[in-house]
Amino acid sequence: MSGALGAEGQSKRPGISIAQRILKRPELFSFLGLVLLSLLMIVVSDRFLTSANLSNIARQISINAIMSVGMTCVILTGGIDLSVGAVLALSGTTIAGLMLHGIPMGLAICGGLLVGIIIGMINGTLVSIGRMPPIIVTLAMTEIPRGIALIYTNGYPLSGLPDKYAFFGRGSVCGIFVPIIFMILVYVVAYLLLSKWPFGRYVLAVGGNEEAARLSGIRVKRYKRLVYVVSGFTAAIAGVIMSSRLMSGEPNAGTGFEMDAIAAVVLGGTDIAGGRGHIIGTFIGAMMLGVLNNGLNLMGVSPYLQRIIKGAIIIAAILVSSTRNRKKN
Amino acid sequence: MGLLGENGAGKSTLVKILTGVYQADSGSIYLDGQKVQLDGPKHARELGIGIIFQEFSLVPYMTVAENIFLGREVQKFAGSLDKKEMRKRSIELLDRLGVQLDADGIVAELSIADQQFVEIAKAIASNVRFLILDEPTSTLTPRETERLFNLMRALKKNGVGMVFISHHMEELSEITDRVMVLRDGQYIGCYPTAECTYDSLVKMMVGREINQSYPKKAALSFSGSTPVLKVLRLKRTASTPEVKFEVYKGEILGISGLVGAGRSEMVRATIGADPAVVREIEIDGRKAIINTPQDALKLGIGLLPEDRKHQGLITSFSIEHNVVLSNIKRVMNRMHMISNGKSSDLVERLVKENRIKTPGISQLVNNLSGGNQQKVVIAKWLATDCRVLIFDEPTRGIDVGAKREIHELMRSLTDKGLSIIMISSELPEVVGMSDRVLVIRNNDIVKELDGCEIDPETIIAYASGGRK
Repeated sequence: MSGALGAEGQSKRPGISIAQRILKRPELFSFLGLVLLSLLMIVVSDRFLTSANLSNIARQISINAIMSVGMTCVILTGGIDLSVGAVLALSGTTIAGLMLHGIPMGLAICGGLLVGIIIGMINGTLVSIGRMPPIIVTLAMTEIPRGIALIYTNGYPLSGLPDKYAFFGRGSVCGIFVPIIFMILVYVVAYLLLSKWPFGRYVLAVGGNEEAARLSGIRVKRYKRLVYVVSGFTAAIAGVIMSSRLMSGEPNAGTGFEMDAIAAVVLGGTDIAGGRGHIIGTFIGAMMLGVLNNGLNLMGVSPYLQRIIKGAIIIAAILVSSTRNRKKN
Repeated sequence: MGLLGENGAGKSTLVKILTGVYQADSGSIYLDGQKVQLDGPKHARELGIGIIFQEFSLVPYMTVAENIFLGREVQKFAGSLDKKEMRKRSIELLDRLGVQLDADGIVAELSIADQQFVEIAKAIASNVRFLILDEPTSTLTPRETERLFNLMRALKKNGVGMVFISHHMEELSEITDRVMVLRDGQYIGCYPTAECTYDSLVKMMVGREINQSYPKKAALSFSGSTPVLKVLRLKRTASTPEVKFEVYKGEILGISGLVGAGRSEMVRATIGADPAVVREIEIDGRKAIINTPQDALKLGIGLLPEDRKHQGLITSFSIEHNVVLSNIKRVMNRMHMISNGKSSDLVERLVKENRIKTPGISQLVNNLSGGNQQKVVIAKWLATDCRVLIFDEPTRGIDVGAKREIHELMRSLTDKGLSIIMISSELPEVVGMSDRVLVIRNNDIVKELDGCEIDPETIIAYASGGRK
């Protein structure tokens, strides 16, 4: 059984062409995009299809892919979370600070994750109970956590962390990089949460039609709050990996990361207006961004030009999804 | 002239043709003896036909004067606005109409009635000679209505012809010279108001045989039994009256009243979908607290809202996902995961029982007809343990065949012991389906009808305030 989410429709009906089926399953559309993009990269760069490069891509995308999980949940309800980059920075500096004060590593990491959950809780409460627009609430929340991180660190990275902390960002188990293992774990849990447990069904219902969801007896406010908690949590996990990779609590880390997370979600075929989407799509979207970044670097494209290309691709992705929606209605 | 007809008789359609919003399929419109072809609302406005809708087309944060001249601003050199001149002319106009309004006042701060006056003034300022007022009094207090009538009399003296649409007979007899009645889109008659009696108008409005057949009602007797749902006290807002009613096991309680009488609002407040100032409810004789639709669901009360697409269904969901939405627990396995097997078994069964026509349960509800969509909503509530279902306009926008099926389905549910509250604007449906009827007028239950008392004339009479 496929991940039974909103856009499933009648894929099993005979007589529907493959093209139509792909249109109905946007994550397949994204997959096709990923394949085409990869083929392009293979053609233009002979260094692309090497195992070293591929595992490099996987490691590079892990942080963004993990953050995109929370972002997917938020966007599925029709919201947005711009604060993920700032949460990443604050959780990283919190963990670093706690460890520098002699707190055991495990406890320090829990502290960092708690920070993410608390900020997510604040975001979610303001959006659901305070009825404030998510884009403004979380925009404001890009400032507060980062401000706290900057005050706490005085603007300097907190370095001198215990060596064993490097495990999360640089270590490997059975030859697989730890960040990749984390990413896979997060996606497995997210898949179960969104496709198997009622949480996902409710989140999609809230995003698809809030009033109908409310009249169906769903606690709309609770789920609208929860998605921001999930987003804060996954951003904090990304913060653990980031700070471990850098081996320092960097108050300026994660600037602009919300952009990549939103891009991964949108490229993965999730409707930016909510109600339709799939976590696997987000994973594919994150891979597409990774392949794109990597390929452009291999080709030696200027990083300034890369930004323009990335922006244009996101607009193209939204164009595809909004045309699709218009056809439906 | 007054225009009268029950809900859905074709008043609004006629008005839309007169103002050029719709094109007539046949027939012609004459203005001052000249045949005219209306190309659109703008053209109608140029010919001097104006309309005041129930919702206004005013810009809330502009002044009265700015609104009156919106789109036809008086300009000075280089296209700059001549505010002084517009203000002066607005004051003159408001004076002429006998309306006491500050031309510099912000529209958003005015009462509904005053906003309506601004709307009328705006129409008159654009040289309207023929004005249509579509149920202007439905949102007004009696005092404000009187002020509106004074304004209408002033307009009449100024040579403006008016069509006044209202459900309230006493208003028609007070302000109109002639009354025209529509029914099912047909012209029924037009008489001088002075010659019309209340009864003759009701007869013209209703005067059709109920030719549709309805499933047989059950023989019910509720004397001595405890109601399933008893609303002891319900007061929506400080200004609406307090109501009480009860629903018994196995009955269909019809709720009838004119559009805007507050029927949907009353049931929405009952189940906590909208707030209420006072809400005291008993279920099976025991006190129950309902503050949200979730509370109502837990107590076994479900609402099937009037706007299926926007309130009843998640249109981006499949049939299966919609049906299990309100009771996911029922299809979960021990791991609290949704069991696809349990889910499809349940939904397949309900699809069959409700005779939902679909190629499969993974079909998106967006692709279903109105009747099948309604059946999906019904199936959703049958998947819960609800004992009271509230149908708000159960067959609106549904074709005749499917209508009949929905009616049969409703009756089979009550035969199984469920209770139904049914709001309907269609009189035949209310009469044909209900075991008891509550008539609502101005947010108040004005009459309860039982058994053979339920007939169209009586309902209309109470709903329009002709009988008290």
